[in-house]
Amino acid sequence: MTFDMLASQAFTGVSIFTILMLMALGLAIVFGLMGVINMAHGELMAMGAYCSYGTALFFHAYLPDLMDYYVFVGIALAFVVTSIFGYLLERGLIRFLYKRPLDTLLATWGLSLILQQIYRQFINSKEVEVPTVSWLRGAWQATEGVALPLSRLFIIGLAVVTAFAVWWLLFRTRWGLRIRAVTQNRTMAGAAGIDTNKVDAYTFALGCGLAGIAGSSFTMLASTGPTTGQQYIVDTFIVVVFGGVESLIGTIASAFIIGQMQSWFEFGMSGSMARASILLLVIVVLFFRPNGLFATKVRR
Amino acid sequence: MSMPRPSASRTAAESIRSERSFLAKASIPILAVLLLAALPLTLDIFRLGLAAKYLSLSFCAVGIVLIWGYGGILSLGQGVFFGLGSYMMAMFLKLESTGADSSAQALSSFFGSNLPDFMVWNSIETLPWWWEPFNHAWFTIPAILILPAVLAFVLAYANFRRRIGDVYFSIVTLALSAILAIVIIGQQGVTGGVNGINDFRTFLGINLDDDKVKVSMYYITCVLLLGCVMIGTFVLRSRLGKVLVAIRDREDRVRFSGYDPALFKAFIFAIAAVFSSIGGAMFTLQVGLASPSLVGIVPSVEMVIYAAVGGRLSLVGAVYGAVLVGYAKTFFSENFVEYWMYFIGGLFVVVVMFLPDGLAGLIDRIRGGGKPGASSGEPTPAREDGASPPPGAARLAGETGGAE
Amino acid sequence: MSEYILAVEGLTVSFDGFRAVDDLNFYVEKDELRCVIGPNGAGKTTLLDMICGKTKPTGGTIKFKTFDLTGMIEYQITRIGVGRKFQNPSVYEDLTVFENLEISYPKKRGLMGSLFFRRDDDLLSKIDEVAEQIFLHEVLRHKAGKLSHGQKQWLEIGMLLMQDPELLLLDEPVAGMSAKEREQTAYLLNNISKGRSIVVIEHDMAFVRMIAHKVTVLHQGKLLAEGSMDQVQADERVKDVYLGH
Repeated sequence: MTFDMLASQAFTGVSIFTILMLMALGLAIVFGLMGVINMAHGELMAMGAYCSYGTALFFHAYLPDLMDYYVFVGIALAFVVTSIFGYLLERGLIRFLYKRPLDTLLATWGLSLILQQIYRQFINSKEVEVPTVSWLRGAWQATEGVALPLSRLFIIGLAVVTAFAVWWLLFRTRWGLRIRAVTQNRTMAGAAGIDTNKVDAYTFALGCGLAGIAGSSFTMLASTGPTTGQQYIVDTFIVVVFGGVESLIGTIASAFIIGQMQSWFEFGMSGSMARASILLLVIVVLFFRPNGLFATKVRR
Repeated sequence: MSMPRPSASRTAAESIRSERSFLAKASIPILAVLLLAALPLTLDIFRLGLAAKYLSLSFCAVGIVLIWGYGGILSLGQGVFFGLGSYMMAMFLKLESTGADSSAQALSSFFGSNLPDFMVWNSIETLPWWWEPFNHAWFTIPAILILPAVLAFVLAYANFRRRIGDVYFSIVTLALSAILAIVIIGQQGVTGGVNGINDFRTFLGINLDDDKVKVSMYYITCVLLLGCVMIGTFVLRSRLGKVLVAIRDREDRVRFSGYDPALFKAFIFAIAAVFSSIGGAMFTLQVGLASPSLVGIVPSVEMVIYAAVGGRLSLVGAVYGAVLVGYAKTFFSENFVEYWMYFIGGLFVVVVMFLPDGLAGLIDRIRGGGKPGASSGEPTPAREDGASPPPGAARLAGETGGAE
Repeated sequence: MSEYILAVEGLTVSFDGFRAVDDLNFYVEKDELRCVIGPNGAGKTTLLDMICGKTKPTGGTIKFKTFDLTGMIEYQITRIGVGRKFQNPSVYEDLTVFENLEISYPKKRGLMGSLFFRRDDDLLSKIDEVAEQIFLHEVLRHKAGKLSHGQKQWLEIGMLLMQDPELLLLDEPVAGMSAKEREQTAYLLNNISKGRSIVVIEHDMAFVRMIAHKVTVLHQGKLLAEGSMDQVQADERVKDVYLGH
């Protein structure tokens, strides 16, 4: 294997890693911190993607001169729309089911089916694509034999920024402190004067907003259809579970490992078989480390 | 003075006298009458075929009641076991049909083995070794019962022994559903791919297209299904059933009563897997198809709603749930397809939010004057959270036995 | 050397560097009723957790009769005769009192055994005997969830009695009980301590005085004092720990 192949292989791995990380960050908050199994998380990604799609259509029709910058508006819109949706979802459904995680799973699954049909009926039953903005077309010729697509580089950058923002929000702000207090000891946090209901709703909304960002950025790589979300959901859960649900670093590390595996496995087999093998491998690893790779030992 | 104190053993003995209501006692006979007499007498052969299809799926729902309602394990992988049964039966039927088909035989003589048509189309030249045993009924039929049981038991025991939590286990089963569907679709040459395996003619020489055969198949399905319901009832009434409920509600305590919870959970999971597999085999026999669309995540989660609609604590209810949801699906697809997803999606939300005990719970509530599970005869009808606390209030009560 | 039914030596466990129990030696004799006291965080519950297999120690040995408990898991430890009652009464709320006791009957705990289990006279008379002891004879048919807090505590003790354990580990058995219930419980414990050893964690000193043969005081995971109630109460270090806390 030449250096060039090795390098582009590693790049593919990093690219898949950042995609998985973007997908999983939101779920790491919703599922990892809050313990809510939101099966509609994939549909929220699709919602984010459709926001980008809508923004692109709007700019194309009314602001063609600014077309190059619609990407940023799309991402922002995706975050706003999905987090508002998440807020309403938490207030209207999730909060009644905190004590029944498996029931939450079923109810949100139902929601995901409804969302899919809404996408199919009111947006497009076929997959939609957005135009690639001019400055993200093409690739950066790193060396003679290694070309790195600009859109993937952009996503890598976005993922790094997002991960950093989440870290900052959770560990360096008052809101983050409240979120961590509530997720670690609800009763105590409540007794300390924190409005736990509010924190729950905002935390959930944040997780959903991150799904929106992920979905929005994926429009640069692939088309979006009504069932796009469903294709992502299992992998997203697996990334979070594999990393150990209570650990944000674990989620990131697990996204990295799975991304690298995916990229290397695809050498020897088809993409879908690589996916199946990874899922199987993760199940086996979970058997040896039931709380995920990066879980800390806690007294139970 | 005249009333001697009741002897000790009599008081204990008295406390176990059954007080099951008429409806609880009669639920299985009523189901039997409906399935064996009412439906065949009123439905034409086409509708009876549909009923047979739903009933095949209801095997999974009965299993889900056992593992979810009583064991507290939410499996999102029953489609895997349904698929195993379905595909094993399909492989057998395919090989038999290929063997009987003259044009296929010409091909076979060319390739030197009995090769199903879709393999020829995918330019596979020899029958894979793991297809070979399915040339024989004596292998296929026991395999449909044993293979899923062994697989389910090993998987569940390994996981539960390691104390993998309920939520994790659900996700593991979800991943399994995804894996099996991906593999089947990806390995088109040996599995039939997205199209599945179809176009069968005979089973052990019996013509499957014959109406009389179809009716007999229907009856066989019903008898097997009733058998599964009765086995489930027997298990739940036994001491094992009570241990299961105890595990569901307080697994820790059960360990300190000297039981190995992993063993019990794995056992019930294996039983449910066998039920699903039988359902899968009967499905393939009657519908004439084994398809990845009944294996993956979507059908696996849909099976849970069958059980939830019927009532997660009612084995008999699961059958009604499967048939009702199945019928609704047909109704929507014949009339307004686009609303089916709204219906089934809404059903998930509504049942979970407002009818956690399904139709069985509703009936109990109507008859018991608002006391859920007051009179049912199953070992422990009341759910863990019993009187269903007002939304949100339970959380204020503080965590008991949570992740702390 | 007298006969120890339980010998704990050098027992240590740490959670993320915090030593909840630190190099502890602890011996219980046959037929002894021992009380373990100490301020919050002294490691009392953790000690019981390690004996019954709920928590794995980081170091040290736990010997029960001839068995080494450190290598065994919960249900195995239970089967050789160790019974554990938890701090919060943990009974099967969805089952009746009768069924709670029945499940604890130490026979047919395997898979097939429990599937084909049939109730016999031995079981019924055993349940009667235990129900009488724990003052719940009248409520055998009630769902355990409907019992009062004190009754649940008794039921859990009753479930242990069904197992006929040689060593009983009771974590705060009178928490939340009325004065009368406490007295009844003291009577119950004195009654059942014949022929078996009991370790009780308790905060209520009056109750401890009623039942204890010998008292062990833990502090910060270590043994602080051991002896009769009077000896322990006279100990300056013990006074310091309780008053200075």
